[in-house]
Amino acid sequence: MAAEGNSIDALSQFSLTPVLGAVGNSVGFTQSTAHMLLAVGVVTLLMIWGMSNRAIVPGRLQAMAESAYEFVHDLAVGQIGDEGKRYFPFIFSLFMFILLGNLLGLLPYGFAFTSHIAVTFGLAALVFVIVTIVALSIHGTHFFSYFFPEGAPKALAPLIIPIEIISYLSRPVSLSVRLFANMVAGHVMLEVFAAFVVMIGSAAGVLGILGATLPLAVNVALVGFELLVAFLQAYVFAILTSIYLHDAVHLH
Amino acid sequence: MKPRAMKPWLLLAVAMLAFAPCLALAAEPHLAEPVPGMPQLAFGHPEQGRFLIASIVWLFIIFGILYYVMATYALPGVAQVLETRRARIEGDLEQAQAAKQRADAALAEHEAATGRARAEAQAAVTTATQHAQAAAAEKAEALNARLGAQIEAAEQRIAASRDSAMAALRGVATDTAAALVAKLTGGADHAAIDQAVGAELAARGRA
Repeated sequence: MAAEGNSIDALSQFSLTPVLGAVGNSVGFTQSTAHMLLAVGVVTLLMIWGMSNRAIVPGRLQAMAESAYEFVHDLAVGQIGDEGKRYFPFIFSLFMFILLGNLLGLLPYGFAFTSHIAVTFGLAALVFVIVTIVALSIHGTHFFSYFFPEGAPKALAPLIIPIEIISYLSRPVSLSVRLFANMVAGHVMLEVFAAFVVMIGSAAGVLGILGATLPLAVNVALVGFELLVAFLQAYVFAILTSIYLHDAVHLH
Repeated sequence: MKPRAMKPWLLLAVAMLAFAPCLALAAEPHLAEPVPGMPQLAFGHPEQGRFLIASIVWLFIIFGILYYVMATYALPGVAQVLETRRARIEGDLEQAQAAKQRADAALAEHEAATGRARAEAQAAVTTATQHAQAAAAEKAEALNARLGAQIEAAEQRIAASRDSAMAALRGVATDTAAALVAKLTGGADHAAIDQAVGAELAARGRA
């Protein structure tokens, strides 16, 4: 699917294909769904099987599970405050789900379900709804004062309130597009350079094979870079969710 | 929140579900119809659009499972392990602190006891030395007194002997002188001889 003729098809890697035969097809069970389940399985195995020793001095797997726990716990409590403990399981699930989604996409035959705007927007919309519900349940109608900062001149209200509302509503959009765009860009780059390797390598004999090492080297560097992006984007998603929850709990 | 042990069947179910991608790879069918443009945005495509919508539904179901498993089983377990470790470390530190205090107290007591023992020993040594010195001095004094008395007695005896010898000397000298004079002259004036001997003895300081 990489190179047909002289055109590079870098986008068909994102198309969803049904798996598990006719049953999978009828319930819309695609490779994306399968990788979501894999991510859940990996996270569950890490956090339950990895912690099953309950050792005072942790082994490797337990240290990994504990450092993941403490990393997200510090993030949630650091951003939200003590109330963050209530939302910690949510932020932890979000972080690990996105991180695994990003990382699984880097494995051979893997698929990054975070490269789909439907998925990232689904998660962002979930965050948006939860944040709004939390804010309304804590502050009631006082929550709407969030859209007009205290001390701002009344005359500017017609200007400030629409801006605040738009910025509030654009949160799920920016949250989802950031993750989606990063993952798509990374995978398109990998696909394009991989196609270069095949095209140059099959073009001009020995010289072509030598020339093909250049895009291959680029791809090696890109994979390292994508590992960073995978972690960073999961972190950004989790920390922005924490910041939104902080706003919801404390209102500014 | 008290952590609950995860039921084995639930763990098994999650693990089995996790193997789904392997099954998927085993028989990956290809799309009949190619998707123009970005497949992520092809909501209008008859097949792809359906899968995209389905993936959102699946996302909520699967993320819900993850959240439930994490919130109910996994995270409270980790929290408990971390809490146990924290408590253990704190307990150990407290124990070490207590042990150190005990050791410090024992050391101080030991030092005090050593000091007392040293002082007592010093006092005992001083007393014993004084006693010994006093006893020795007494003994020496007694010996000196006895020796002095003996010397005095001996001197008296010597003086008496000398006096008696001196007293006998005049008679012997007079007799000897008289005998000599009688032998030489045939007669002796005892009075004159006695006087001459007395004068001679007086001259020599032996009277």
